[in-house]
Amino acid sequence: MPDATQPDQNAQTMWDRVAASHEFKDLMATKKIFIIPAFVFFLVYYFLLPILVGYAPQFMSIKVWGNVNLAYLFALSQFAMAWTIAGLYVRAGDDFDEISKDIIDEALTHENVKGDK
Amino acid sequence: MSAPLIMFLIFIAITLAITYWASKRSSGSSAYFAAGRRIRSWQNGVAVAGDYMSAASFLGIAGIIAFQGYDGFMFSVSWLVAYLTVLLVIAEPLRNAGKYTMADVLAYRLKPRPVRAMASLSTLTVSTFYMIAQMVGAGALVALLLKGSGISYTTAVIGVGILMIVYVVFGGMLATTWVQIIKAILLMAGTFLLSILVMSHFHFSFAAFFDAIGHVTYHDKGQEVVKDFLQPGLRYKPPYGPLELISLGLALIFGTAGLPHILVRFYTVPDAKTARHSVVWAMALIGSFYIMTTFLGFGAATIVGRDFIGTHGGTNMSAPLLAQALAGDIFFAFICAIAFATILAVVAGLTISATTSFAHDFWTNVIYNGVERKPGEEVRVARISAFVVGAVAITIAIVLGPTANVAFLVALAFAVAASANLPVILLSIFWRRFNTTGAVAGLGVGLIASIGLILVSPSLMAIDPPTVTGTARHLIQAKAWFPLENPGILSIPLGFLAAILGTLLSHEPTSTHKFNELLVRSNTGLGAEKATASH
Repeated sequence: MPDATQPDQNAQTMWDRVAASHEFKDLMATKKIFIIPAFVFFLVYYFLLPILVGYAPQFMSIKVWGNVNLAYLFALSQFAMAWTIAGLYVRAGDDFDEISKDIIDEALTHENVKGDK
Repeated sequence: MSAPLIMFLIFIAITLAITYWASKRSSGSSAYFAAGRRIRSWQNGVAVAGDYMSAASFLGIAGIIAFQGYDGFMFSVSWLVAYLTVLLVIAEPLRNAGKYTMADVLAYRLKPRPVRAMASLSTLTVSTFYMIAQMVGAGALVALLLKGSGISYTTAVIGVGILMIVYVVFGGMLATTWVQIIKAILLMAGTFLLSILVMSHFHFSFAAFFDAIGHVTYHDKGQEVVKDFLQPGLRYKPPYGPLELISLGLALIFGTAGLPHILVRFYTVPDAKTARHSVVWAMALIGSFYIMTTFLGFGAATIVGRDFIGTHGGTNMSAPLLAQALAGDIFFAFICAIAFATILAVVAGLTISATTSFAHDFWTNVIYNGVERKPGEEVRVARISAFVVGAVAITIAIVLGPTANVAFLVALAFAVAASANLPVILLSIFWRRFNTTGAVAGLGVGLIASIGLILVSPSLMAIDPPTVTGTARHLIQAKAWFPLENPGILSIPLGFLAAILGTLLSHEPTSTHKFNELLVRSNTGLGAEKATASH
C-alpha cells in the first residue's frame, strides 16, 4: 500500500489533489464523452442481432443479394462496427494520453512522491 | 511416422527451444509473471489472440457452422465484439493500477485479504474449469488427429499436460507469450490458406459459394434433407432459443473482459497506451479469423458435407477434413498441427493465470499479508502450483475420459467471469461508495449463481436413454429446472445486484482518499508499474 494515503485520514493526499484538479476533471470529461456513448451504442447494436434473429427470423431471412440474407449481412456489419469503434477509440486515446502526461508531470514536480515501486 | 505426428514434433521442438531461451530471462517476479512488462503492442495483441482463440473456436465453431449453419456464425460475431468491453473499460485501468492480477486493482481501495481471497477463488475456478474442458478436448482431439500413430487419449492428455507445465514452470510468461504468438500466426496462416482454397473451389465466385450454402444436402434419420444454411434457426429453436442466444451474448460480452488469462496479458506491456494498442491488434486478428469461419464452416458444409464429417470423427473434424478434401494429406497434417498448437497455447495461458493468482494473491497477500518472506519465494510458489494445477487437470481429464460432456465447462468459465469478476472490477473502478462487503458479496454470489444455475441446466440435468453410459450421461437424471445452457441472463444481474446490495446494506465506511487514489491511478497511469530493465 502506498505511503501517501497512510498518515492521517483527513489530510489531503497527492491523489486527492490530483482528483480535484481542473486537468483531471477535464480528462474524465474527455473520456466520458467518448466512452459512454460508444459503449451504449455497441451494446444496443450488438444485442439487436440476437434479438432480431431470435424474434424476427422471417424478417432476417429476406434475401438481399443472391442467397445472401439480412441476417448474414447484419452479422457481418458487426465486425465493421467493432473495428470502427476500436479505430475511433485509438484516435481519441491520443488525447487522453496527452492530458494524462500533463497531469503526471505536474503531480511529480509538485510532490516528492513516495510511490510504491 | 505419420505426417501430422512429424509436424506436432516440429512444433514441440520449436516451443521447447523458446522455453529454454525464456528460462534464462525469467528470474524475478516481474520477469516471471509479466515478462518484464516489455512486450510490444503488436506482440501482445497477437498473443492475446493466441491466448483467446481456443480449439473450441478453430475446430468447434467451424463444426457448428458446418452442421447448423448461420446460428454457428452468430457465435463468431460475439467473440470479436466482446473485445470492445475489454478495450473501452478494462484494459487501460487494469494496466495502470495493477501489478499481476485483477485483484491488485480491487485491493487498492478495499480490504485486501478478503477481496484477494475471493478473487483468487474465482480466478482459480474459471481457469481450472476452462482448462479441464480444454484438456478433455485436447486428449480426444490429439488421439483423433494422430489416429494410426498408436497414441491413446490418456497418452495425449499426459503429453499436453506435461508440455504446458514445462512452458509455464521454466519459461514463465515470456515463453507462454511466444508460444501464443507462434500459435496465432500459424492459426491465421492456416485459416487464410483454407479460405483461399475454399473460394478457389468455387472459382472465386461469391455468388456460387453463397448459392451452394443455400442448398446444403445431408441425411437426417435416413431421410435426405436440403436446407438453406444461411437461414437462422437451425440451432436455436423456440421456445428458449432466442433467450439462449441473448444469454450467451451477455456471457461473452461481459465475460471476456473478466477472463483471468486474458486480463494478465495486459500486465506484460510497458504502459496503458501499449495495452490499448495491443487490444486493437488483437481485434484485427480475432475479427479476421472469425470472418473467415464463414469459409471454414460453410466450406465444410458444402464441400465435405455433414454425412461424411459425421462418420469421420464428428463436428470437430470439420476443418481438418475440409483441408484434406481440398489439398490432401500434407495440408490435413498442417491443419492438425495448428489445432494442436492452439490447444497448447491456450492451456499454457490458463496455467500461468491460475498460478499467478495463487502465488501472488493467495500465498503472498492473503496468507503472508503482502510480505514476501524470502526473495524469489513468489516465483517458487508459482512454479510449484503450476505443477499442482497441471497434475490436477491431467488427472481429472483422464478420469472423465474422452466421451465426457464438458462443453458446459466453457459456458461456466464465461458465466463466472461475467457474473463475478466483471461487476466487481467495474464497480471498484467507477463507484465511489463501493466497499469490501459489496465486493465479497458480488464475487461470491456471481460464482455460486453461475455454478448453481449450470448444475440445474439442460447441460447437467436431463433424462438420458439407457444407451448413453458412463461420463457421457447427464449428472442429474431429471428434467432441467433452468431452461438455458448459458446462465448469464440471470447470473450477471445477480452478481451486480449482490455487489450493490452488499455495499448499501453494510455500514462499512468507504475511504474517499483511496477511491481518489484508484481513480487517479487507473485513469492517468500515475504511479503505474514500470517495465523492468532487460538483463
